[in-house]
Amino acid sequence: MKKSFKVTVNQDWCKSCEICVEFCPKDVFEMVGFYSQAVRPQDCIGCRLCEKLCPDFAINVRESEPEQKEVKT
Amino acid sequence: MDYLQYLRKDKMPHIWCDGCGNGIILKAIIRAVDKLGWKKDDIALVSGIGCSGRTPGYVDFNTLHTTHGRALSFSTGIKLAKPNMHLIVVSGDGDATAIGGNHFIHAARRNIDLNLIVFNNYIYGMTGGQASPTTPTGKFASTTPYGNPDSPFHISELAKAAGASYVARTTTYHTAKMDRYMQQAFQNKGFSVVEILTMCPTSYGRANKETGETGVEMLSFQKENSISLEKAKEMDEEEIKGKFVTGVYIDRDKPSYLENYQEIKDKANN
Ligand SMILES: Cc1ncc(C[n+]2csc(CCOP(=O)(O)OP(=O)(O)O)c2C)c(N)n1
Ligand code: SF4
Ligand code: SF4
Ligand code: SF4
Repeated sequence: MKKSFKVTVNQDWCKSCEICVEFCPKDVFEMVGFYSQAVRPQDCIGCRLCEKLCPDFAINVRESEPEQKEVKT
Repeated sequence: MDYLQYLRKDKMPHIWCDGCGNGIILKAIIRAVDKLGWKKDDIALVSGIGCSGRTPGYVDFNTLHTTHGRALSFSTGIKLAKPNMHLIVVSGDGDATAIGGNHFIHAARRNIDLNLIVFNNYIYGMTGGQASPTTPTGKFASTTPYGNPDSPFHISELAKAAGASYVARTTTYHTAKMDRYMQQAFQNKGFSVVEILTMCPTSYGRANKETGETGVEMLSFQKENSISLEKAKEMDEEEIKGKFVTGVYIDRDKPSYLENYQEIKDKANN
């Protein structure tokens, strides 16, 4: 099953350098107002480049729990 | 990897400008420490003065912010008093090779068991962009308004020639190499140096737009203009000009200062 990831930006620490927007291979981020936002988290492949390159410790990438398939009884 | 457990969160956000590379290096240091399983209380992170000198303020290790250029001297004292403490020293290019240049070459000569991470941004970031010993020839700084007439130091070659047992060089863009080199450096006995080319958009980028003005542009420039030592060996001098040559410059076995010092102590006690 395809892994899915939760990508969060801490806007209190983001300084809007746009490094994440530029270097994420899957274009997950966009600037929304002053801050970066993970607008396409469903495209994230979990490479964590954004996390390593964000100079402000503002990005967190976590593998999210696989969604439970509804079982009809 | 949870960076936050290593941070003094009440001191965040840090003071570094947007697009400054210092935070990227601090993250790599934290990852290496985490990977090696070092306990926070067993680490001393020591700095001199400069933007890079602010690094220890943000992490929950034993930390020391010393005088300009003297981080290695204070660290030498700590290491001799507490040989089991892991010493990580952070220094700007000015701190390490201008005012602290002598401490740098003598720490290498002694091969003392310290790990020095040099934040090389080619400039005095904190004080308004004066030229440093690593500002490339012809580049602009507030003290070189017509271009820099001097030749720069090559920090890694200098460390190697002066006697360091481990020396590696990379950039803030190359996160995997930063991880590998820092772990190797931290595990090496003797003097280890990791030189990292980092971005100072505020003092260097604005004055030298052709190599990138913003953090994003400077990172892209690092990506496009870095070559490995192996590749550089096959190129002639003209081709290498303007390129940043990354890799492990030296990794050698030689007695460290602590070993030599122990020998002297044993002699004296017999
Ligand atoms: C003895 C002394 N001389 C001069 C200064 C002023 N000073 C503060 S930081 C600095 C240069 C910092 O440049 P660098 O080491 O490259 O660090 P960066 O700020 O770029 O990280 C200077 C000259 C000082 N604080 N102390
Ligand atoms: S890299 Fe970090 S600081 Fe820069 S815009 Fe993205 S979240 Fe903000
Ligand atoms: S982990 Fe990789 S793919 Fe996911 S948001 Fe970060 S850079 Fe993009
Ligand atoms: S002046 Fe340069 S080195 Fe200092 S915080 Fe700003 S960008 Fe970083």
